[in-house]
Amino acid sequence: MSEVKYIERDPLYVVAPSTVSESTKRAGKIIVWSSFLLMVVIAIIQTLYSNDRISFGFSNWRPVLYAYILWAVAIGYSRVLIYGERGKRNLFVFPAVMFIISIVIFPMLFGLYISFTDWNLSSVDGRKFNGLDNFYQMISDPYYWNALKNMIYYVLAVLVEFSIAFLLAILLNSQIRGRKFFRIAFLIPLMLSPVAVSWMVGKSMLEQRFGPVASFARWLGWDTPTFFSNPVIAKMTMMCMDAWTFIPLMIIMLLAGLQALPKEVLEAAKVDGANKWTMFKNIIFPIMLPVSLTTLVIRIIFKLKLADIIIIVTAGGPGGATDSVTSFIVREYRDRSNVGYGTLLSFVYLIFIIILMTILIRFVNRWLQRAS
Amino acid sequence: MRHNLSEKIVIYGILLLWTFICLFPIYWTATTSFKTAASVTQGLLIPWIDFEPSWKGWRNLGFSPDTIFVESNPREEFLARFFNTAFISASASALAVILGSFAAYGLSRFNYKFGFMRNPDISFFFLSQLILPPVVLALPVLVLYRELDLLDTHIGMILIYTLTVLPIVIWIMRDQFNAVPIELEEAALVDGASVWMSFFKIVLPIVLPGIASAFILCLILCWNEYFLAALITSTDAKTMPVMVASQISSQSIKWWNMAAISAALCLPLIIVAIFLERYIVKGMAAGAIKG
Repeated sequence: MSEVKYIERDPLYVVAPSTVSESTKRAGKIIVWSSFLLMVVIAIIQTLYSNDRISFGFSNWRPVLYAYILWAVAIGYSRVLIYGERGKRNLFVFPAVMFIISIVIFPMLFGLYISFTDWNLSSVDGRKFNGLDNFYQMISDPYYWNALKNMIYYVLAVLVEFSIAFLLAILLNSQIRGRKFFRIAFLIPLMLSPVAVSWMVGKSMLEQRFGPVASFARWLGWDTPTFFSNPVIAKMTMMCMDAWTFIPLMIIMLLAGLQALPKEVLEAAKVDGANKWTMFKNIIFPIMLPVSLTTLVIRIIFKLKLADIIIIVTAGGPGGATDSVTSFIVREYRDRSNVGYGTLLSFVYLIFIIILMTILIRFVNRWLQRAS
Repeated sequence: MRHNLSEKIVIYGILLLWTFICLFPIYWTATTSFKTAASVTQGLLIPWIDFEPSWKGWRNLGFSPDTIFVESNPREEFLARFFNTAFISASASALAVILGSFAAYGLSRFNYKFGFMRNPDISFFFLSQLILPPVVLALPVLVLYRELDLLDTHIGMILIYTLTVLPIVIWIMRDQFNAVPIELEEAALVDGASVWMSFFKIVLPIVLPGIASAFILCLILCWNEYFLAALITSTDAKTMPVMVASQISSQSIKWWNMAAISAALCLPLIIVAIFLERYIVKGMAAGAIKG
């Protein structure tokens, strides 16, 4: 067998004749290029038409989309024609890659362009390139920095959520009756739409006059329970509502980790007479470290997208105290239709996220290596 | 681990307290939807004892016993939104599961090289989509959709939802495929099946439970999604969360109405949670174990 040229062999190795005739190869190339040409022609026609250079064209850009889809399909098909068996293997990953490139990369490039323009959807002038003006505006925009600062608090709240979830996961994993009931009950908040939660909890249960939580707070001795007028309390309230929906996710992930703990180790520790706290500190927690860190990272990813409940319940108020970056950008867009500036803000946010996640993941990896 | 009595009391106490915290809002919403104005303002809690239930909230929605067979505009509106949501989330989840399963299978079985990208890079490329906050895509996609005439269409919503859940599918399915022994497929290949045939005939039936959990998880996320739907849809493709949110922000909130409508929004997924809990947990646990 002369397969030395394959230095890394596929896990699933396929011995198949991969002789593709020259004419098939040529057919594959022709298909790709002709469909590409079709797309380019349609795109040029549409560009000229929308610039009023020519009088015929389409009412919107959709034909270009169809031509693009045709082209994508043609590329996929030509893989098989040109590369034979290897092309068929590529076809597994190709659609997903193509899909993401089409819906993420193109809009991102487009967004990168509009973030350097002065583009107000309500103005008739259309977009104007304005260089770094948006950037300077951002630097002196106290509300944006305030929103970023809030995000730090929101992310730090994850640690509290994590401790609650860990405690509940350990309790769920102990020998109890009715575990199935508890598991379903604990899962349910995650099922609820943030929109529904906004009304159920934010607007009705926390209502000052006759919401049950307000009544309870009055019974505890807080005379005027208002949850959204004091900046600090408002922020805490939003954190609690968000925690309420997402603690189930953490419980489930941590519970899965706890159930996978090696039984022998726990038994051995018990035989050695370890009490519960030392067992937790010296055995359960270290073994759970990878699962815990994964859970935390995933939770932080979701936290960074926090927006729905803020948009609906407080709209960022009082005075921007509960604003998340997303809700702030949405207001910028809704109230002022300021697409260019809003897009720049979101891109800067993305850069912050990428930096944060890179540091976080590197930190996590280093910690895991040191622990093992 | 055995527990003595005091420990048991603490454990069950905490568990029951948390159960109460989890379930009370749902109880509150469900009962409020049967309240009248007087019982709302008095903050009454227990039906039949504290207050006499009335169908008021559900009547306005067209779902009370006396209105269910009568023509009702709010009900038509509600059902239209309901089917929009169901159609969009089911299609997006299905599309994501199909694309994601193929990709995950390919990544677990073959070594790829697209330019400088090898398998780990491709995996990272897929999973990195998870950290992309929707707001980054929202405005460019909004403008792009306007040009493509995709605003407020089902297909536009399906595409963007597919994108948001695709990384999750790949995350879950990669583990599922890695757990399937390769020898099974090798045997099929020796017998002359093609790669795709062995995928459909042999691997797919084995991972079907995993696909089910990925699908359900996607369905939940799409069903509840509000942010993108609020930007992209206006009338035709409007989903339930958008409808509910617009009712919340309207001036006069009628509590019994809102309660009924929120309950109706949540009910399908609560039912899903009760009956398909196993799949949901399996899907979410998949990522945790591997670490």
